[in-house]
Amino acid sequence: MGMTAIEKILARASGRDQVGAGDTVVCRVDMNVLIDMMFANWPDVVKIADPDRTAIIMDHAVPAPTLSDANAGTVARKFAREFGVSRFFDVGRHGICHQVIAENALALPGQVLTCTDSHTCAAGAYNAAARGLGPPEVISILCTGQTWYSVAPTIRYELTGELPAGIGGKDVFLYLAGTWGDATNHNLEFGGPGLASVPMNDRRTIATQCAEVSADFATFEFDERCAEFLQANDAGEYAPAVPDKDAAYADLRVIDLSTMQPYVARPGKVSGNALPVSQVEARPVNQCFVGSCANGQLEDLRIAAEIMSGRQVAPGVRMIVTPASQAVYRDAMRLGYVQALAEAGAVVTNSTCGACFGYHMGVVGDGEVCLTASTRNFRGRMGSPTAEIYMASTATVAASAITGHITDPREPLA
Amino acid sequence: MNHEITGRAWVFGDSIDTDAMYPGFAMKLPVPEAARHVFYDLRPGWTDQVRPGDIVVAGRNFGIGSSRPVAALMRQLGVAALVAEEFNSLFLRNAINNGLPALTVPGVRGLVREGDQVTIHLTEGWLEAGGQRVTVPPLPPMVLDILDAGGLLPRLTADGYLRPAGSAR
Repeated sequence: MGMTAIEKILARASGRDQVGAGDTVVCRVDMNVLIDMMFANWPDVVKIADPDRTAIIMDHAVPAPTLSDANAGTVARKFAREFGVSRFFDVGRHGICHQVIAENALALPGQVLTCTDSHTCAAGAYNAAARGLGPPEVISILCTGQTWYSVAPTIRYELTGELPAGIGGKDVFLYLAGTWGDATNHNLEFGGPGLASVPMNDRRTIATQCAEVSADFATFEFDERCAEFLQANDAGEYAPAVPDKDAAYADLRVIDLSTMQPYVARPGKVSGNALPVSQVEARPVNQCFVGSCANGQLEDLRIAAEIMSGRQVAPGVRMIVTPASQAVYRDAMRLGYVQALAEAGAVVTNSTCGACFGYHMGVVGDGEVCLTASTRNFRGRMGSPTAEIYMASTATVAASAITGHITDPREPLA
Repeated sequence: MNHEITGRAWVFGDSIDTDAMYPGFAMKLPVPEAARHVFYDLRPGWTDQVRPGDIVVAGRNFGIGSSRPVAALMRQLGVAALVAEEFNSLFLRNAINNGLPALTVPGVRGLVREGDQVTIHLTEGWLEAGGQRVTVPPLPPMVLDILDAGGLLPRLTADGYLRPAGSAR
Protein backbone atom coordinates (compact mmCIF):
# COMPACT_ATOMS: atom_id res chain seq x y z
CA MET A 1 0.00 0.00 0.00
CA GLY A 2 1.29 3.46 -0.85
CA MET A 3 1.90 6.20 1.68
CA THR A 4 1.02 9.89 1.86
CA ALA A 5 3.81 12.43 2.36
CA ILE A 6 3.16 12.56 6.10
CA GLU A 7 3.13 8.78 6.40
CA LYS A 8 6.46 8.64 4.55
CA ILE A 9 8.03 11.08 6.99
CA LEU A 10 6.67 9.31 10.07
CA ALA A 11 7.79 5.95 8.68
CA ARG A 12 11.35 7.14 8.20
CA ALA A 13 11.46 8.86 11.59
CA SER A 14 10.15 5.75 13.35
CA GLY A 15 12.38 3.34 11.46
CA ARG A 16 9.49 1.48 9.83
CA ASP A 17 8.89 0.44 6.23
CA GLN A 18 5.19 1.10 6.32
CA VAL A 19 2.97 3.49 8.29
CA GLY A 20 -0.74 4.05 7.79
CA ALA A 21 -3.71 5.77 9.38
CA GLY A 22 -4.50 4.28 12.79
CA ASP A 23 -0.90 3.31 13.58
CA THR A 24 0.89 4.69 16.63
CA VAL A 25 4.56 5.40 16.05
CA VAL A 26 7.49 6.62 18.14
CA CYS A 27 9.54 9.08 16.11
CA ARG A 28 12.99 10.55 16.43
CA VAL A 29 12.58 14.33 16.33
CA ASP A 30 14.98 16.13 13.97
CA MET A 31 14.49 19.60 15.45
CA ASN A 32 12.76 20.62 18.69
CA VAL A 33 12.01 24.32 19.13
CA LEU A 34 11.50 25.94 22.54
CA ILE A 35 9.91 29.37 22.92
CA ASP A 36 10.15 32.10 25.56
CA MET A 37 6.80 31.46 27.28
CA MET A 38 7.92 27.95 28.31
CA PHE A 39 10.61 29.33 30.56
CA ALA A 40 8.09 30.95 32.91
CA ASN A 41 7.40 27.45 34.30
CA TRP A 42 10.72 25.77 33.69
CA PRO A 43 11.74 22.54 35.43
CA ASP A 44 15.24 21.78 36.71
CA VAL A 45 16.64 19.87 33.72
CA VAL A 46 19.46 17.36 34.38
CA LYS A 47 20.28 16.15 30.87
CA ILE A 48 19.09 16.74 27.32
CA ALA A 49 19.14 14.50 24.25
CA ASP A 50 21.01 16.72 21.80
CA PRO A 51 21.72 20.47 21.88
CA ASP A 52 22.16 20.46 18.10
CA ARG A 53 18.63 19.20 17.56
CA THR A 54 17.34 21.98 19.83
CA ALA A 55 16.57 25.63 19.14
CA ILE A 56 15.30 28.36 21.46
CA ILE A 57 13.39 31.27 19.93
CA MET A 58 12.25 34.34 21.86
CA ASP A 59 8.99 35.40 20.29
CA HIS A 60 5.72 35.65 22.18
CA ALA A 61 6.58 38.32 24.72
CA VAL A 62 9.65 40.26 23.61
CA PRO A 63 10.99 42.67 24.64
CA ALA A 64 9.50 41.57 27.95
CA PRO A 65 6.21 43.37 28.69
CA THR A 66 5.95 41.96 32.23
CA LEU A 67 8.35 41.08 35.03
CA SER A 68 7.50 37.38 34.73
CA ASP A 69 8.39 37.49 31.02
CA ALA A 70 11.66 39.23 31.87
CA ASN A 71 12.49 36.52 34.40
CA ALA A 72 11.57 33.80 31.91
CA GLY A 73 14.11 35.35 29.53
CA THR A 74 16.79 35.10 32.18
CA VAL A 75 16.00 31.40 32.68
CA ALA A 76 16.14 30.80 28.90
CA ARG A 77 19.54 32.49 28.57
CA LYS A 78 20.99 30.51 31.45
CA PHE A 79 19.61 27.25 30.04
CA ALA A 80 21.02 27.91 26.54
CA ARG A 81 24.43 28.68 28.02
CA GLU A 82 24.57 25.71 30.40
CA PHE A 83 23.43 23.13 27.83
CA GLY A 84 25.29 24.54 24.83
CA VAL A 85 22.26 25.33 22.68
CA SER A 86 23.88 27.40 19.93
CA ARG A 87 20.64 27.95 17.99
CA PHE A 88 19.44 30.52 20.50
CA PHE A 89 17.54 33.41 18.92
CA ASP A 90 17.57 36.02 21.67
CA VAL A 91 16.11 39.51 21.47
CA GLY A 92 17.81 41.20 18.53
CA ARG A 93 18.05 37.96 16.51
CA HIS A 94 14.47 37.13 17.42
CA GLY A 95 11.22 36.73 15.55
CA ILE A 96 8.07 34.67 15.61
CA CYS A 97 9.33 31.11 15.87
CA HIS A 98 7.79 29.90 12.60
CA GLN A 99 9.43 32.75 10.69
CA VAL A 100 12.81 32.12 12.36
CA ILE A 101 12.44 28.40 11.62
CA ALA A 102 11.95 29.30 7.94
CA GLU A 103 14.78 31.84 7.75
CA ASN A 104 17.25 29.43 9.30
CA ALA A 105 16.03 26.30 7.51
CA LEU A 106 15.39 24.54 10.83
CA ALA A 107 12.54 22.62 9.17
CA LEU A 108 13.69 20.48 6.26
CA PRO A 109 11.79 18.34 3.77
CA GLY A 110 11.11 14.83 5.01
CA GLN A 111 11.98 15.68 8.61
CA VAL A 112 10.13 15.93 11.93
CA LEU A 113 9.98 19.29 13.69
CA THR A 114 8.30 19.93 17.05
CA CYS A 115 7.60 23.15 18.90
CA THR A 116 5.32 24.29 21.67
CA ASP A 117 3.24 26.60 19.56
CA SER A 118 0.03 25.48 17.89
CA HIS A 119 1.00 27.04 14.55
CA THR A 120 4.02 24.77 14.16
CA CYS A 121 2.15 23.18 11.24
CA ALA A 122 3.55 26.26 9.40
CA ALA A 123 6.71 24.30 8.61
CA GLY A 124 4.62 21.89 6.56
CA ALA A 125 5.12 24.47 3.80
CA TYR A 126 8.65 23.00 3.54
CA ASN A 127 7.48 19.38 3.28
CA ALA A 128 8.21 18.72 6.98
CA ALA A 129 6.08 16.85 9.50
CA ALA A 130 5.58 19.65 11.98
CA ARG A 131 2.89 20.17 14.58
CA GLY A 132 2.32 22.03 17.81
CA LEU A 133 2.68 20.23 21.12
CA GLY A 134 2.19 21.29 24.73
CA PRO A 135 5.05 22.48 26.95
CA PRO A 136 5.49 19.18 28.89
CA GLU A 137 5.79 17.24 25.65
CA VAL A 138 8.40 19.59 24.22
CA ILE A 139 10.35 19.27 27.48
CA SER A 140 10.06 15.49 27.15
CA ILE A 141 11.43 15.67 23.58
CA LEU A 142 14.22 17.94 24.80
CA CYS A 143 15.21 15.21 27.28
CA THR A 144 14.59 12.06 25.24
CA GLY A 145 14.85 13.21 21.60
CA GLN A 146 11.63 11.46 20.58
CA THR A 147 7.86 11.42 20.84
CA TRP A 148 4.83 9.44 19.66
CA TYR A 149 2.13 10.13 17.11
CA SER A 150 -1.17 8.47 16.32
CA VAL A 151 -1.26 8.58 12.55
CA ALA A 152 -4.45 10.29 11.35
CA PRO A 153 -6.10 9.79 7.95
CA THR A 154 -4.92 12.29 5.31
CA ILE A 155 -7.05 14.60 3.19
CA ARG A 156 -5.43 15.60 -0.10
CA TYR A 157 -5.90 19.08 -1.56
CA GLU A 158 -5.17 19.06 -5.27
CA LEU A 159 -4.36 22.57 -6.48
CA THR A 160 -5.08 23.46 -10.10
CA GLY A 161 -4.90 26.72 -12.08
CA GLU A 162 -2.98 29.83 -11.05
CA LEU A 163 -3.67 32.42 -8.36
CA PRO A 164 -5.00 35.72 -9.77
CA ALA A 165 -2.89 38.80 -8.99
CA GLY A 166 -3.66 40.31 -5.60
CA ILE A 167 -5.06 37.08 -4.16
CA GLY A 168 -3.02 35.52 -1.37
CA GLY A 169 -2.61 32.33 0.58
CA LYS A 170 -4.94 33.76 3.21
CA ASP A 171 -7.77 33.91 0.67
CA VAL A 172 -7.11 30.31 -0.37
CA PHE A 173 -7.13 29.18 3.24
CA LEU A 174 -10.30 31.10 4.12
CA TYR A 175 -11.98 29.60 1.06
CA LEU A 176 -10.86 26.13 2.19
CA ALA A 177 -11.99 26.70 5.79
CA GLY A 178 -15.29 28.22 4.68
CA THR A 179 -16.02 25.44 2.20
CA TRP A 180 -14.97 22.26 3.99
CA GLY A 181 -14.88 23.31 7.67
CA ASP A 182 -13.03 21.36 10.34
CA ALA A 183 -10.49 18.64 9.65
CA THR A 184 -10.20 17.49 13.26
CA ASN A 185 -7.96 14.43 13.66
CA HIS A 186 -6.93 14.53 10.00
CA ASN A 187 -3.70 15.39 8.21
CA LEU A 188 -3.80 17.70 5.20
CA GLU A 189 -1.60 17.31 2.13
CA PHE A 190 -1.25 19.97 -0.58
CA GLY A 191 0.02 19.36 -4.09
CA GLY A 192 -1.04 19.22 -7.69
CA PRO A 193 -0.26 21.10 -10.91
CA GLY A 194 -1.26 24.48 -9.40
CA LEU A 195 1.30 24.29 -6.61
CA ALA A 196 4.13 25.69 -8.72
CA SER A 197 2.28 29.03 -8.99
CA VAL A 198 1.95 29.42 -5.21
CA PRO A 199 4.80 31.46 -3.67
CA MET A 200 6.51 30.11 -0.54
CA ASN A 201 5.09 32.87 1.68
CA ASP A 202 1.55 31.93 0.63
CA ARG A 203 2.25 28.26 1.22
CA ARG A 204 3.33 29.12 4.73
CA THR A 205 0.22 31.20 5.37
CA ILE A 206 -1.91 28.21 4.34
CA ALA A 207 0.11 25.66 6.31
CA THR A 208 0.13 27.87 9.42
CA GLN A 209 -3.61 28.31 9.41
CA CYS A 210 -4.41 24.63 9.13
CA ALA A 211 -4.44 24.81 12.95
CA GLU A 212 -7.69 26.77 12.55
CA VAL A 213 -9.41 23.80 10.93
CA SER A 214 -8.06 21.65 13.77
CA ALA A 215 -5.78 19.54 11.54
CA ASP A 216 -2.88 17.44 12.87
CA PHE A 217 -0.13 17.82 10.25
CA ALA A 218 -0.38 19.96 7.11
CA THR A 219 2.28 19.21 4.51
CA PHE A 220 3.04 20.57 1.07
CA GLU A 221 4.68 18.57 -1.65
CA PHE A 222 8.29 19.44 -2.34
CA ASP A 223 9.15 21.19 -5.62
CA GLU A 224 11.76 23.39 -7.29
CA ARG A 225 10.36 26.53 -5.70
CA CYS A 226 10.76 25.00 -2.25
CA ALA A 227 14.29 23.84 -3.12
CA GLU A 228 15.27 27.39 -4.15
CA PHE A 229 13.85 28.82 -0.96
CA LEU A 230 15.78 26.34 1.18
CA GLN A 231 19.00 26.92 -0.72
CA ALA A 232 18.67 30.67 -0.22
CA ASN A 233 18.45 29.98 3.52
CA ASP A 234 21.54 27.72 3.59
CA ALA A 235 19.65 24.51 4.25
CA GLY A 236 21.64 21.37 5.01
CA GLU A 237 21.03 18.00 3.36
CA TYR A 238 17.56 16.58 3.21
CA ALA A 239 15.44 13.92 1.51
CA PRO A 240 11.95 15.12 0.49
CA ALA A 241 8.89 12.97 1.17
CA VAL A 242 7.05 12.27 -2.07
CA PRO A 243 3.55 10.79 -1.71
CA ASP A 244 2.96 7.50 -3.49
CA LYS A 245 0.53 7.42 -6.41
CA ASP A 246 -1.49 4.72 -4.64
CA ALA A 247 -1.49 6.44 -1.24
CA ALA A 248 -4.75 6.12 0.71
CA TYR A 249 -6.58 9.40 1.26
CA ALA A 250 -9.66 10.00 3.38
CA ASP A 251 -10.81 12.54 0.82
CA LEU A 252 -9.55 14.24 -2.33
CA ARG A 253 -10.52 17.88 -2.77
CA VAL A 254 -9.72 20.12 -5.73
CA ILE A 255 -9.07 23.85 -5.41
CA ASP A 256 -9.02 25.77 -8.70
CA LEU A 257 -6.74 28.65 -7.78
CA SER A 258 -7.87 30.74 -10.76
CA THR A 259 -11.33 31.11 -9.17
CA MET A 260 -10.03 32.49 -5.87
CA GLN A 261 -11.20 35.91 -4.65
CA PRO A 262 -10.73 37.89 -1.42
CA TYR A 263 -12.33 36.13 1.53
CA VAL A 264 -13.25 37.33 5.02
CA ALA A 265 -13.91 35.22 8.11
CA ARG A 266 -16.58 36.64 10.37
CA PRO A 267 -15.96 36.87 14.15
CA GLY A 268 -15.83 33.86 16.46
CA LYS A 269 -14.21 31.12 14.42
CA VAL A 270 -12.45 30.64 11.12
CA SER A 271 -13.75 27.23 10.18
CA GLY A 272 -17.08 27.24 8.36
CA ASN A 273 -17.31 30.99 8.85
CA ALA A 274 -15.67 32.63 5.81
CA LEU A 275 -17.31 34.32 2.83
CA PRO A 276 -16.20 36.30 -0.23
CA VAL A 277 -15.63 39.92 0.82
CA SER A 278 -18.48 40.95 -1.50
CA GLN A 279 -20.90 39.01 0.73
CA VAL A 280 -19.63 40.42 4.05
CA GLU A 281 -21.02 43.54 5.67
CA ALA A 282 -18.84 46.66 5.13
CA ARG A 283 -18.30 47.05 8.88
CA PRO A 284 -16.44 50.16 10.05
CA VAL A 285 -13.23 49.07 11.79
CA ASN A 286 -11.33 50.45 14.79
CA GLN A 287 -8.13 48.46 14.38
CA CYS A 288 -6.45 46.82 11.42
CA PHE A 289 -3.62 44.37 12.05
CA VAL A 290 -1.03 42.87 9.73
CA GLY A 291 1.33 40.49 11.48
CA SER A 292 1.74 37.04 13.07
CA CYS A 293 3.38 33.84 11.84
CA ALA A 294 0.75 33.64 9.10
CA ASN A 295 0.97 37.15 7.62
CA GLY A 296 3.89 39.12 9.04
CA GLN A 297 6.21 38.01 6.24
CA LEU A 298 8.22 40.37 4.06
CA GLU A 299 5.75 39.89 1.21
CA ASP A 300 2.92 40.99 3.55
CA LEU A 301 4.76 44.20 4.41
CA ARG A 302 5.38 44.80 0.71
CA ILE A 303 1.70 44.36 -0.13
CA ALA A 304 0.58 46.61 2.73
CA ALA A 305 3.16 49.27 1.82
CA GLU A 306 2.16 49.27 -1.85
CA ILE A 307 -1.54 49.67 -1.04
CA MET A 308 -0.98 52.33 1.61
CA SER A 309 1.79 54.27 -0.07
CA GLY A 310 0.71 57.88 -0.72
CA ARG A 311 -2.54 57.33 1.20
CA GLN A 312 -3.55 57.83 4.81
CA VAL A 313 -5.08 55.54 7.42
CA ALA A 314 -8.74 56.58 7.84
CA PRO A 315 -9.56 58.79 10.84
CA GLY A 316 -10.54 56.69 13.85
CA VAL A 317 -8.62 53.64 12.62
CA ARG A 318 -5.40 52.22 14.07
CA MET A 319 -3.25 50.28 11.62
CA ILE A 320 -0.70 48.04 13.38
CA VAL A 321 1.97 46.23 11.39
CA THR A 322 4.18 43.67 13.14
CA PRO A 323 7.01 42.11 11.10
CA ALA A 324 7.35 38.37 11.72
CA SER A 325 11.04 38.66 12.56
CA GLN A 326 13.88 41.07 13.11
CA ALA A 327 15.19 39.99 9.69
CA VAL A 328 11.86 40.88 8.06
CA TYR A 329 12.00 44.23 9.87
CA ARG A 330 15.50 44.93 8.55
CA ASP A 331 14.60 43.95 4.99
CA ALA A 332 11.37 45.97 5.09
CA MET A 333 13.33 48.98 6.29
CA ARG A 334 15.96 48.60 3.56
CA LEU A 335 13.25 48.26 0.89
CA GLY A 336 11.34 51.33 2.10
CA TYR A 337 8.23 49.50 3.29
CA VAL A 338 8.55 50.68 6.89
CA GLN A 339 8.88 54.28 5.73
CA ALA A 340 5.83 54.02 3.44
CA LEU A 341 3.70 52.42 6.14
CA ALA A 342 4.72 54.93 8.80
CA GLU A 343 4.04 57.86 6.47
CA ALA A 344 0.56 56.46 5.82
CA GLY A 345 -0.07 56.58 9.55
CA ALA A 346 0.49 52.90 10.34
CA VAL A 347 2.40 51.84 13.46
CA VAL A 348 5.19 49.40 12.64
CA THR A 349 6.09 47.50 15.80
CA ASN A 350 8.93 45.30 16.90
CA SER A 351 8.64 41.66 15.83
CA THR A 352 6.65 39.52 18.26
CA CYS A 353 3.47 37.45 18.50
CA GLY A 354 2.05 40.53 20.27
CA ALA A 355 -1.44 41.57 19.22
CA CYS A 356 -2.29 38.24 17.59
CA PHE A 357 -2.81 36.60 20.97
CA GLY A 358 -4.04 39.67 22.82
CA TYR A 359 -0.98 39.91 25.02
CA HIS A 360 0.68 43.22 24.13
CA MET A 361 1.17 45.89 21.43
CA GLY A 362 -2.31 46.17 19.97
CA VAL A 363 -4.84 44.71 22.41
CA VAL A 364 -8.42 45.58 21.31
CA GLY A 365 -10.93 47.18 23.66
CA ASP A 366 -14.56 46.58 24.61
CA GLY A 367 -16.96 46.67 21.67
CA GLU A 368 -14.26 47.44 19.11
CA VAL A 369 -14.11 45.96 15.62
CA CYS A 370 -10.78 44.60 14.45
CA LEU A 371 -9.91 43.36 10.98
CA THR A 372 -6.84 41.17 11.20
CA ALA A 373 -4.54 39.24 8.89
CA SER A 374 -3.25 37.24 11.88
CA THR A 375 -4.20 33.70 12.83
CA ARG A 376 -7.34 33.62 14.99
CA ASN A 377 -10.64 35.43 15.38
CA PHE A 378 -11.85 33.59 18.47
CA ARG A 379 -13.92 35.55 20.97
CA GLY A 380 -11.55 37.42 23.29
CA ARG A 381 -8.52 36.36 21.30
CA MET A 382 -7.07 39.84 20.81
CA GLY A 383 -8.32 41.45 24.01
CA SER A 384 -11.89 42.19 25.05
CA PRO A 385 -14.43 39.37 24.64
CA THR A 386 -16.89 41.98 23.36
CA ALA A 387 -14.55 43.01 20.52
CA GLU A 388 -15.41 41.56 17.10
CA ILE A 389 -12.52 40.14 15.13
CA TYR A 390 -12.85 39.73 11.37
CA MET A 391 -10.05 38.02 9.44
CA ALA A 392 -8.79 38.63 5.90
CA SER A 393 -5.69 38.85 3.73
CA THR A 394 -3.05 41.52 4.15
CA ALA A 395 -4.35 43.28 1.01
CA THR A 396 -7.89 43.40 2.36
CA VAL A 397 -6.70 44.64 5.76
CA ALA A 398 -4.52 47.38 4.23
CA ALA A 399 -7.29 48.58 1.88
CA SER A 400 -9.77 48.60 4.77
CA ALA A 401 -7.41 50.67 6.92
CA ILE A 402 -7.54 53.34 4.19
CA THR A 403 -11.33 53.33 3.75
CA GLY A 404 -12.17 52.71 7.41
CA HIS A 405 -14.46 49.76 6.70
CA ILE A 406 -14.12 46.21 5.37
CA THR A 407 -13.19 46.72 1.74
CA ASP A 408 -12.48 44.59 -1.32
CA PRO A 409 -8.82 45.38 -2.13
CA ARG A 410 -9.58 45.08 -5.85
CA GLU A 411 -11.74 48.21 -5.67
CA PRO A 412 -9.98 51.47 -6.58
CA LEU A 413 -8.98 53.42 -3.46
CA ALA A 414 -9.24 57.18 -3.26
CA MET B 1 -4.26 6.58 38.86
CA ASN B 2 -7.70 5.09 39.45
CA HIS B 3 -8.99 4.10 36.02
CA GLU B 4 -12.63 4.36 37.09
CA ILE B 5 -13.66 7.96 37.66
CA THR B 6 -17.02 9.21 38.90
CA GLY B 7 -17.97 12.86 39.06
CA ARG B 8 -20.56 15.55 38.51
CA ALA B 9 -20.82 16.70 34.89
CA TRP B 10 -20.54 20.19 33.47
CA VAL B 11 -21.71 20.23 29.86
CA PHE B 12 -20.33 22.56 27.17
CA GLY B 13 -20.89 22.94 23.42
CA ASP B 14 -18.96 22.40 20.18
CA SER B 15 -15.61 23.93 19.21
CA ILE B 16 -14.84 25.34 22.65
CA ASP B 17 -11.50 27.04 21.96
CA THR B 18 -8.50 27.47 24.21
CA ASP B 19 -8.95 31.26 24.34
CA ALA B 20 -12.26 30.60 26.13
CA MET B 21 -10.44 28.47 28.72
CA TYR B 22 -7.02 30.12 29.01
CA PRO B 23 -7.37 33.73 27.77
CA GLY B 24 -4.28 35.67 26.73
CA PHE B 25 -4.41 37.98 29.73
CA ALA B 26 -4.34 34.98 32.08
CA MET B 27 -1.03 33.89 30.58
CA LYS B 28 0.53 36.74 32.54
CA LEU B 29 -0.58 35.12 35.82
CA PRO B 30 0.73 32.21 37.90
CA VAL B 31 -1.27 28.98 37.36
CA PRO B 32 -3.41 29.25 40.54
CA GLU B 33 -4.54 32.75 39.53
CA ALA B 34 -4.89 31.92 35.85
CA ALA B 35 -7.20 29.05 36.82
CA ARG B 36 -9.70 31.61 38.13
CA HIS B 37 -10.37 32.68 34.54
CA VAL B 38 -11.31 29.37 32.89
CA PHE B 39 -14.54 29.97 30.88
CA TYR B 40 -14.40 33.60 32.13
CA ASP B 41 -16.68 34.83 29.35
CA LEU B 42 -18.52 31.68 28.28
CA ARG B 43 -19.64 30.74 31.81
CA PRO B 44 -18.81 33.60 34.20
CA GLY B 45 -18.47 32.43 37.81
CA TRP B 46 -17.91 28.78 36.83
CA THR B 47 -14.61 28.56 38.67
CA ASP B 48 -16.47 29.30 41.93
CA GLN B 49 -18.96 26.52 41.24
CA VAL B 50 -16.72 23.71 40.00
CA ARG B 51 -15.68 21.26 42.72
CA PRO B 52 -12.79 18.81 42.96
CA GLY B 53 -13.77 15.57 41.23
CA ASP B 54 -16.09 17.18 38.66
CA ILE B 55 -15.97 16.11 35.01
CA VAL B 56 -16.09 18.51 32.06
CA VAL B 57 -18.13 17.23 29.10
CA ALA B 58 -18.00 18.93 25.70
CA GLY B 59 -19.07 18.47 22.10
CA ARG B 60 -17.12 18.19 18.89
CA ASN B 61 -13.67 19.61 18.24
CA PHE B 62 -13.08 20.30 21.93
CA GLY B 63 -10.05 22.49 22.57
CA ILE B 64 -9.27 23.90 19.11
CA GLY B 65 -6.58 26.55 19.33
CA SER B 66 -3.38 27.08 21.25
CA SER B 67 -0.85 24.84 22.93
CA ARG B 68 -1.29 26.76 26.19
CA PRO B 69 -1.72 24.14 28.93
CA VAL B 70 -5.41 24.43 29.78
CA ALA B 71 -5.16 21.04 31.50
CA ALA B 72 -2.88 22.53 34.16
CA LEU B 73 -5.63 25.02 35.00
CA MET B 74 -8.30 22.30 35.01
CA ARG B 75 -6.20 20.22 37.38
CA GLN B 76 -5.68 23.27 39.59
CA LEU B 77 -9.49 23.49 39.85
CA GLY B 78 -9.68 19.79 40.71
CA VAL B 79 -11.35 18.67 37.48
CA ALA B 80 -11.01 14.87 37.42
CA ALA B 81 -11.44 14.19 33.71
CA LEU B 82 -12.48 15.57 30.33
CA VAL B 83 -15.00 13.82 28.08
CA ALA B 84 -15.91 14.99 24.58
CA GLU B 85 -17.62 13.86 21.44
CA GLU B 86 -14.34 14.69 19.69
CA PHE B 87 -11.07 16.33 20.79
CA ASN B 88 -8.65 18.56 18.95
CA SER B 89 -5.54 16.37 18.98
CA LEU B 90 -3.19 18.98 20.45
CA PHE B 91 -5.64 19.63 23.28
CA LEU B 92 -6.01 15.89 23.91
CA ARG B 93 -2.24 15.37 24.06
CA ASN B 94 -1.89 18.36 26.35
CA ALA B 95 -4.47 16.90 28.74
CA ILE B 96 -2.83 13.47 28.89
CA ASN B 97 0.67 14.94 29.15
CA ASN B 98 -0.44 17.11 32.06
CA GLY B 99 -1.90 14.05 33.80
CA LEU B 100 -5.57 14.82 33.11
CA PRO B 101 -7.59 11.86 31.75
CA ALA B 102 -9.50 12.59 28.53
CA LEU B 103 -11.93 10.16 26.94
CA THR B 104 -13.60 10.45 23.54
CA VAL B 105 -17.24 9.40 23.70
CA PRO B 106 -19.24 10.04 20.52
CA GLY B 107 -22.83 10.94 21.36
CA VAL B 108 -22.00 11.87 24.96
CA ARG B 109 -24.07 15.04 24.90
CA GLY B 110 -27.19 13.02 24.17
CA LEU B 111 -26.55 10.98 27.31
CA VAL B 112 -25.32 13.45 29.87
CA ARG B 113 -27.09 16.51 31.27
CA GLU B 114 -25.49 19.20 33.35
CA GLY B 115 -25.20 18.08 36.99
CA ASP B 116 -25.56 14.35 36.22
CA GLN B 117 -23.38 11.82 37.98
CA VAL B 118 -21.09 10.33 35.33
CA THR B 119 -18.69 7.39 35.54
CA ILE B 120 -15.98 6.63 33.01
CA HIS B 121 -13.54 3.74 32.83
CA LEU B 122 -10.27 4.42 31.04
CA THR B 123 -9.01 0.84 30.60
CA GLU B 124 -12.34 -0.92 30.09
CA GLY B 125 -13.56 1.86 27.81
CA TRP B 126 -17.05 2.92 28.84
CA LEU B 127 -19.12 5.81 30.13
CA GLU B 128 -22.17 5.44 32.33
CA ALA B 129 -24.79 8.09 33.05
CA GLY B 130 -28.48 7.93 34.02
CA GLY B 131 -28.45 4.13 34.04
CA GLN B 132 -27.12 3.92 30.47
CA ARG B 133 -23.71 2.66 29.47
CA VAL B 134 -21.88 3.28 26.18
CA THR B 135 -18.66 1.54 25.25
CA VAL B 136 -15.75 3.28 23.54
CA PRO B 137 -12.18 2.30 22.70
CA PRO B 138 -10.12 2.25 25.93
CA LEU B 139 -7.09 4.51 26.24
CA PRO B 140 -4.00 2.92 24.64
CA PRO B 141 -1.30 1.55 27.01
CA MET B 142 1.16 4.33 26.02
CA VAL B 143 -1.35 6.96 27.14
CA LEU B 144 -2.24 5.10 30.33
CA ASP B 145 1.44 4.91 31.25
CA ILE B 146 1.66 8.72 31.10
CA LEU B 147 -1.51 9.17 33.17
CA ASP B 148 -0.36 6.58 35.72
CA ALA B 149 2.87 8.54 36.14
CA GLY B 150 0.83 11.71 36.80
CA GLY B 151 1.85 13.28 33.49
CA LEU B 152 5.06 13.67 31.49
CA LEU B 153 7.00 15.86 33.91
CA PRO B 154 6.67 13.47 36.89
CA ARG B 155 7.72 10.64 34.58
CA LEU B 156 10.75 12.58 33.37
CA THR B 157 11.64 13.25 37.02
CA ALA B 158 11.29 9.54 37.86
CA ASP B 159 13.50 8.72 34.88
CA GLY B 160 16.22 11.10 36.07
CA TYR B 161 15.88 13.75 33.34
CA LEU B 162 14.57 16.39 35.74
CA ARG B 163 15.50 17.13 39.34
CA PRO B 164 12.59 16.91 41.79
CA ALA B 165 11.17 20.37 42.47
CA GLY B 166 12.84 21.98 45.45
CA SER B 167 15.83 19.61 45.54
CA ALA B 168 19.35 20.97 45.96
CA ARG B 169 21.70 21.00 42.99
